[in-house]
Parts: sequence; structure tokens; C-alpha cells
Amino acid sequence: MSDKKDRVIELKNAVIRFAGDSGDGMQLTGSLFSDSTAIVGNDFATFPDYPAEIRAPQGTVSGVSGFQIHFGDMDIHTSGDQADVLVAMNPASLKANMNWITRDAIIIVDTDAFVEKNFKKAGYDENPLTDGSLTGHLVIEAPITTMTKEAVKELQLDNKSAQKSKNMFALGMVFFMFNRDYEGTFKFFEDKFKSNPLVVEANKKVLLAGYHFANTIEAFANTYKIEPAPLKKGLYRNVTGNLATAWGFLAAAERSGRNLFLGSYPITPASEILQEISKHKQFTAIAFQAEDEIAGIVSAIGASYAGSLALTTTSGPGLSLKSEAIGLAVMTELPIVIVDVQRGGPSTGLPTKSEQSDLMQALFGRNGEAPVIVIAATSSSDCFYSAYEASKLALEHMTPVILLTDGALANGSEVFLIPQVASLPEIVPPIVKANDPDFKPYKRDEKKLNRPWAIPGTEGLRHRVGGLEKEDVTGHVSYDPLNHEKMVKTRQEKVDRVAEYIPELSVIGEKEGDILVIGWGGTYGVILTAIEELREEGQKISFAHFKHIMPLPKNTGDVLSKYKRIIVCENNLGQFVNYLRMNFPMYDYLQYNKVQGLPFMVSELKAHFSSLLNE
Amino acid sequence: MENIIETPKLALTKKDFESDRMVKWCPGCGDHAILKAVENVFPELGIPKENFVVVSGIGCSSRFPYYMNTYGVHGIHGRAAALATGVKLANPELSVWMITGDGDSMAIGGNHFIHVVRRNPDINILLFNNKIYGLTKGQFSPTSPEGSKTKTSPQGTYEAPFNPGELVIGAHGKFFARVVDTNIKMMSQVFTEAAKHKGTSVVEILENCVIFNNQIHALITSRDTKDENQLFLEAGEPMIFGKERDKGIVLRGTNLEVVKIGENGITEKDILVHDPHTEDSGIHVMLASMMPPEFPAALGVIRSVKSHTFEELVWNSVEHEKKTSKLKNVDDLLHTGNTWVKQ
Repeated sequence: MSDKKDRVIELKNAVIRFAGDSGDGMQLTGSLFSDSTAIVGNDFATFPDYPAEIRAPQGTVSGVSGFQIHFGDMDIHTSGDQADVLVAMNPASLKANMNWITRDAIIIVDTDAFVEKNFKKAGYDENPLTDGSLTGHLVIEAPITTMTKEAVKELQLDNKSAQKSKNMFALGMVFFMFNRDYEGTFKFFEDKFKSNPLVVEANKKVLLAGYHFANTIEAFANTYKIEPAPLKKGLYRNVTGNLATAWGFLAAAERSGRNLFLGSYPITPASEILQEISKHKQFTAIAFQAEDEIAGIVSAIGASYAGSLALTTTSGPGLSLKSEAIGLAVMTELPIVIVDVQRGGPSTGLPTKSEQSDLMQALFGRNGEAPVIVIAATSSSDCFYSAYEASKLALEHMTPVILLTDGALANGSEVFLIPQVASLPEIVPPIVKANDPDFKPYKRDEKKLNRPWAIPGTEGLRHRVGGLEKEDVTGHVSYDPLNHEKMVKTRQEKVDRVAEYIPELSVIGEKEGDILVIGWGGTYGVILTAIEELREEGQKISFAHFKHIMPLPKNTGDVLSKYKRIIVCENNLGQFVNYLRMNFPMYDYLQYNKVQGLPFMVSELKAHFSSLLNE
Repeated sequence: MENIIETPKLALTKKDFESDRMVKWCPGCGDHAILKAVENVFPELGIPKENFVVVSGIGCSSRFPYYMNTYGVHGIHGRAAALATGVKLANPELSVWMITGDGDSMAIGGNHFIHVVRRNPDINILLFNNKIYGLTKGQFSPTSPEGSKTKTSPQGTYEAPFNPGELVIGAHGKFFARVVDTNIKMMSQVFTEAAKHKGTSVVEILENCVIFNNQIHALITSRDTKDENQLFLEAGEPMIFGKERDKGIVLRGTNLEVVKIGENGITEKDILVHDPHTEDSGIHVMLASMMPPEFPAALGVIRSVKSHTFEELVWNSVEHEKKTSKLKNVDDLLHTGNTWVKQ
């Protein structure tokens, strides 16, 4: 493919960041590069970084939209700390990303956009390409806009349409750099713009122009190549966390034989789950966009009573609004899954940024003693399995389940080994048969302590549920003090017993020793990478990651007892560490916290753990 | 056009719907009569008893599901409309009844109320309007008349009340009726019409609260004054009322007016004839707004207009997608788009 095969350098992994104005199509560029990465067999993870505003003022730092991909010949667990290659379509994109690239990163810029008026908008006093601030970087200056227009000249597109495809010029350059084939991308153009052959042609021409430009110029001393990763055999695809979450629920509905019902209200960064489920009525999945967050969950409770696998999806502020209704689901002991795609808080906070600061709200944010199962997805592809498991636990144990994901998992993507739905664990809800003479609404299963699910329309099972305290067994309204205490304890024990139905906590590294690093939820990939790298360097450091938060895995105390020092890492001020302190007060805990709306970086974790190891 | 569901009768009686629970409303509360009327209506609708679901919010009226031997959910304050929507969407076969009050649906649940009406699922809403908060012991509600002196408005309220009928029609409601809690026969008749209407039907029940708002509807309901203050509307019939049936409603200019038949040359022919099925809501909203002492209160079915229901549209869409989608199961879905094989 390349004329410069003699100058191909083999890399283990690389990080590329595409950055431009939010209208420049950087997300598409990134996702097309991801697709080609899949074809060459690398493992990869991606992360989009976009502003909360749909179209912030053009050319300003707040309007910069970015897409990062980390790919390699090994297992990739994170979207990468810092980029090795930055594509900056304008000065603002350069400015916004200088902190997110390595010291010797290659920077590709569209010189046509590096003009006086754009320097001002970006907040530069001088041209950053000439003021010496990029010393140490290899800067590839390409008049992308001009050459894009030139490439499509013969198609006689209007100026605006012609410029629209300039992102493909940049993509063409990066394809050349990484010895990529562009046939798959051409195929994408042909499918996507089926109705507009001119646009297909334009995009192809521009991509090729970028590719050949990169081939021709002297600036690229080398091209790069990364060998396929040793992934397990099988069929793969790329998924974002939100997509995987939606699909996990669809799979759970199919496997449990229940219709899916999602009652939800749009909120960043959770809306994509609602959008995805809305597309799949063919599976008898009903997505109801309610008038507010409360109607979202309450309609789901109604659907749950009527026999559906019922869900509601939201982010932090929405979870606050749903609190009272979650209490109703606790009292009525109906199955429902509440997804909280966590974002920066409090209040409106940082809607497009990621945080883990809703943990306490998920665990305790309700009136009364209102225990629910809480689980936290650990990666974008794990969102599929977490959604599936949350559904299984809700349906089989007749209880609300809160599934915590976060903005980084939701919008980030990674490679996903496609499972067979039939290979997923069976889901068997305790549905009562018509005219069951033993039916009592609150007569419990002896092992799980769940109550039976009697679905309206079934003969001989008419009964009432509601938010008032229920009499044991009969489910009649009861104000009896001792009955109330019994019911409070039973509801708690029902959730506690779920510990028998979830996997034990596993440890990576020595099963006892000096340091145990602890994480939960979405930080799995980054902590794992830091631990793996330290262990490869010969350090003795162990790692345990929590997906199940309420109840905790039953061997948790056991694991904690085996280490001299425990350090809990999380993107909040210490909510999980305090939960551990509450449950296991006999141990000392160190903590490492970051609350910047950004995920941890591998480098910062490694640096911190190293300093602990050297103490 | 009206919108009616006809179903064959089943051999059910009132007994099939009576619960064994002790009814704990205050003696003399209008709720008792409403419960009786509902128990009269349910066996007559031709619906299997296991297909009724009675849902509610919070308040005195919202204890209703506990007193019916049907499936039922006592929800949370103001949210009954969302609960009902979820039940109906999940299983359109069910006959869903929503019991709510003026606090529950006009205040905390006002948002859900207008949206359920706008979407038009086939749900029957019984709105108990006693113009007071009963369960919290006597605070004014959004339907309390301006100036009402209550525990939280010792000098009288400073706010204009909602008229539920205006709200329903304003939210593009297709069915609105009004009844009084003192007339079980009228309630039974109107509840039956509400049940048969395909779409959201709202029945406002002017209800007395003996403890905190006694006689609030006295002008409309008391023996001495009711004949002069009740106009019972029937489709195709002139709007005549009064003990002597000598008063009527006419349209003068753009306003309704009360006239006396036989005076000033007015004959029965001049009286407006009720058409609940006309799309145009102009007269309906004027009828809903009429209140004593200037006007009689309009009772019976004020508006009943045909329309598709929410769940019908949703489920038609489900059926259509099932027939036309290439995706037959979730495995198919997981294999869509860009996939690649690792050997």
C-alpha cells in the first residue's frame, strides 16, 4: 500500500486524538478510524470529548470537539492518557489539547485555519506554529481546507459542501501514517450517502487526496504499523457503553420472556440508551419518553406491575428526582432497573463529564430503610453484561436494582466479543400461575425471600400493592409496629442474600501481601493497566475491583484482611472507601481521589502507587 | 363522533368487586358513594374481573384501590397518571382506572395530568374534587375558590383556582364529564359512559368533605337548590334545567346565557342542543366553566370525541416493526453494523 515500506516502524500501541470545531465532524472521523483499526485486528478503546453546548462559538476553545483512540497489539483497557498524534483542525483545537498530548507528539494542523482572526478566538497572542511553543513536536503543516477544495473542484460542489469533507483529508493522512487500507471507509461512504452519489465521490476524493499528500510530503519520516492483538477467537464489534447497556437489556428481555418497557426522560449522558431502545419495537420493546424523570420511573413501575421487564435510565440529577419512586418499588417489591449514567455533580454540574459521585445517592438516597441492589459496570463492553445481570437480579429477586455506569463508559467505546444470547445465564422470574391456591402477595420464597409476581390479567390472583407498609404474607395495609420492623428487616435481608447469587471478589496479583489497590465501576481499565505495568516492572502490588456494591461479594472481608495497606481509588471524594469503612471498620484505608470530571490517567496512578511502594 | 367500546356481558355482580377490607373513610364522606357507584358499574362492563387495574396517587381518595377486589396499585403523590400509563402501555387489554383527587392531580401531579390527557391512553380517570386537602387535614387546594379560609390561608387564599374541565379541554382532552357525589345513579351512568369511551376519560366528581370543607358544593347538591343549579347534559337534548324545567342555555354572541322559556318570546327551540361529540371544544369549555350562582353547573358528559389512543398507536407500531424488521432476535441485532472475525 505504501511506497515507503522501508520506513515502517513497528509500535506496540498508539494514541491518536482528532480535534476540531464541534461542526468539523471529528466524532465521525474518529469512528471511521476505529473501524479501520478493528479491521487490522488491533484491540482498542475510544473516548469522545465534546462540549456541553451543541455548537459553541466557532473557533473558540469551548467549541472544541475531540475523539481519542488508543489501539495496540495487546489488551487495551483505556482510551489512553496522552495522545501520540494530534490532529488539530484549528488553533482552538491545538490550544485545548496541548495538555493531552505527549511531549514528542506528532501534530497535524490545517494551516488554512491558522490565521489571525482564529488566533484571537482561540486566545493566542501569536501564531503558535511559529512562536516556538511547539518545540519538541513534529508539526505536519497541511493546507487542508485549500487542498480539500482543490480535490473536489471538478465535482462543482458549493463552497460549504466542499469544505464539509475536510475531515476526510485529515483521516486520509492518518491512514497513510498508520498504513491503513481505505476500502472499508469507502464502503461506509457508499452506504451512508447512498442517496447522494456526489457526496460519496467527494469524500472518496478528499480522503485519497489526504492519503497521497501524506505520501508525497517529506515531513513524514516514517509510517507506523501495529500488529494484531492476541484477542480470543470470535466475532467482534465496537460498542459504546450506552449502546451495550441498551443491548444488554434487550437480551435480558428476550431471555426472560418478558416485554421490555423503558420509561425515561432525556438527560446527558444517558439519552442514547433511550434512543437505542426506541429503535427496537420489533422485539416488543416499548420506550416511553415521559414528561419528566418521575413519570419515567413511575410508568416503569406500572409496567413492572403489569409484567414487563421495566427500566428507567437517567443521570445524577434525574436519580434525585426518582428517589421517592424507587422507595415505592422497594415497598411494592417490584422488579425494576434504574440506570444512572453518572456525570459531574452536584446540581447540573458537568453534564458531559464523568464522575463516580452518585454512589452514596444510589445506596442511601431515599427516605426510610430502602435497600436496593447496586451494581456498577466496569467497562463499555461490560455495560452489556451489567445490564443483563441487573435485569436478572431484579426479576429473580423482585427488587429494584440501580446500575451505575458513567459518562466515560457511556460515550467511550471498546472492542466487544459478541456473545450468543442463548449462552447467557437463564432468567427465571417468580411468576405465579393462574388460580394458584397458595398465592399470597407477600408470601416469600424461603431462599431468596422474594415475593411472587402475580400479573394483572391472570385469573385468581387479584391483589393490591402500594406504598403503605404491608402486612407480612397477606400484603394488606398494616400499621402494626412489630410487623413494620419485621418487614424492614426482611426487605434488607432479601437484598443481603443476593450475595449468594453474585460472583466472589477476585484478586489480580498476590493473594496476600503489602498493598491492595481497590477500585469500583468504570475505573477498572485504567487501574488494571497501571497495576499490570507495575507488575511487569516487578512490583508486588495486588488489585481487587468491585462491580457488586450492594450487597458486597461475600468474601470481601476476607480479601481485605490479607493486606497490610489498602488504597481505594475513585473519582469522588471517597464515597466507596467510606462505605467500606462502614462495613469493615477493622481495617485502615488509604484513598486516592480525583474529581475533575476526567478519568484517572495510568501515569498518575502508577506514580502514586510507586511512591507508596517506596515508602 | 363518539368513541365507544361495546363488549358482551359477563355473569359478574357487585360482590365480585367488593373487598373484605374495612373501609376507613370518614362517615358521610363522598368517597363511600363513589365506591358504590364503581362497584355497580364494573360488573356491567363485560370485562373479566382479573382485567381491572385500579391505580391511585396519594390522598383520601387514593385509598380506593385497597377497597376494590381487583388488581390495584396505590402509588405516590401525584403520579397516578404515570403509573396508569405504564400499566396500560404494558398491557392494553387491561381496564385501567385511575383514582385521584384535586390535590393529587391538580397540584403535585398537575404535570402528569395534562400529559396523560394529551397522550390519550384508554384510561378512566375519576377525579374526586372536594376543593381541599383532606388527608393532611384541611389546607387549601388548587381548586379551592379564591379567598377560601383554610388552615394555611387564615386570611383567605390569594390565588385563582383551576377548573379541571378547562384544564382537560385545554390539554386537548377527548372526554370530560362531571357528576355529583350525591347521585349514585348519575355517577353509575356517567362512569359507564367513561368506561366505554376509547381514550382518556376524565370524570370530575363534585365531592363533599364533611370534616374540612363541608357543604362546599351545597349550592349544586343540596335538596333546596340543586334543581336550579344542575344542568344534566344529554347528547341531542336541549340544555333545559330548573325544577319546573323552564330554564335553558342559549348562545348569545360568543357567550352562554341563562334564559327563561316562555319569557321574551323564548321557546324550547331557542335552547342550545348538546353535542358532546363535536371536535370544536368552544361550547364544551364554556359549559365546563359554568358555575352557580350565575349559571347552573353542567353535569353529565360535556365532551366525548373520537380519537385514536396512545397505546393503539404504540402497539400498531410494534406490530408493524415485527412484520417488517430484518432483526428477528437480539442475536441478529448484535451482528448488525461493522463486525469482524478474529481467527
